[in-house]
Amino acid sequence: MSAPLKLSLTRRYRFAASHRLHNASFSEEENARIYGKCANPHGHGHNYIVEVTVAGPVDPATGMIANLGELDPFVEREVIEAFDHKNLNDEIPAFRAEVPTTENVCREIYRRLRPFPAARLERVRIEETSNNSFEFAG
Amino acid sequence: MIRVTRKVEFSAAHYYHNPAFSAEENRRVFGKCSNLHGHGHNYVLEVTVAGEPDPATGMVLDLKELKDILQREIVDRMDHRHLNHEVPELAGKIPTCENLAAVIWNLLEPKVRQGKLDRVRIYESPDLFADCTADANGAGAGAHGNRA
Repeated sequence: MSAPLKLSLTRRYRFAASHRLHNASFSEEENARIYGKCANPHGHGHNYIVEVTVAGPVDPATGMIANLGELDPFVEREVIEAFDHKNLNDEIPAFRAEVPTTENVCREIYRRLRPFPAARLERVRIEETSNNSFEFAG
Repeated sequence: MIRVTRKVEFSAAHYYHNPAFSAEENRRVFGKCSNLHGHGHNYVLEVTVAGEPDPATGMVLDLKELKDILQREIVDRMDHRHLNHEVPELAGKIPTCENLAAVIWNLLEPKVRQGKLDRVRIYESPDLFADCTADANGAGAGAHGNRA
């Protein structure tokens, strides 16, 4: 008899957005030193990839941890509609106070997805570019 | 501890259908996947084995042996097959990637003798995958390998 297994399901989503890394309490010189090119006042953008991982029991009737028919519209409504083709600094309320680094974007998306009713949110992983990725698991 | 991952691909057909559901329920729950003519995917399987490298060989395991295990246990069983009809280990289960991950874990776990099977990740498409690992807490997901 095998040991108990842990199963998770991961789905990848995409959005494109602009941002600027800048902290108003730093001097311009400090912002330039800390954030480099990312502090450019006009902003810049990325094609973000968001990996959403849910875990929990597999329903024997459906074979599923979560039905994509429920997960996809939830992520679309809570995250993609709000973030896609937006300016993160100006249009996402959390980033009026916080710098929209991808660390903070991970946490904000985790906060938005946490209430997903059909399964336990296990992890949010974001690829800001194909070379940089960030994860938050609560 | 070192983790070693080997990737292998196979192509297979499946559909989702629960005979206990009405036709209307099957359509509502499973959507396009409920088409009884079936459809298919190019599955990508990533198998991770964890262990300490043998000081003499510098290896956790002989990758050729892992390659042979994956060929024999998974590819020969599933490649260019219909998962609903031709893979007895999936009989009575909906062939979702969650169930497939658990079935693959149970096929591989007893065969991996050097190192320990650490994770099975099965991609149904580049944007959807399931992971199966041993449940460190012994409670978590509530999914057991031999669960019907």
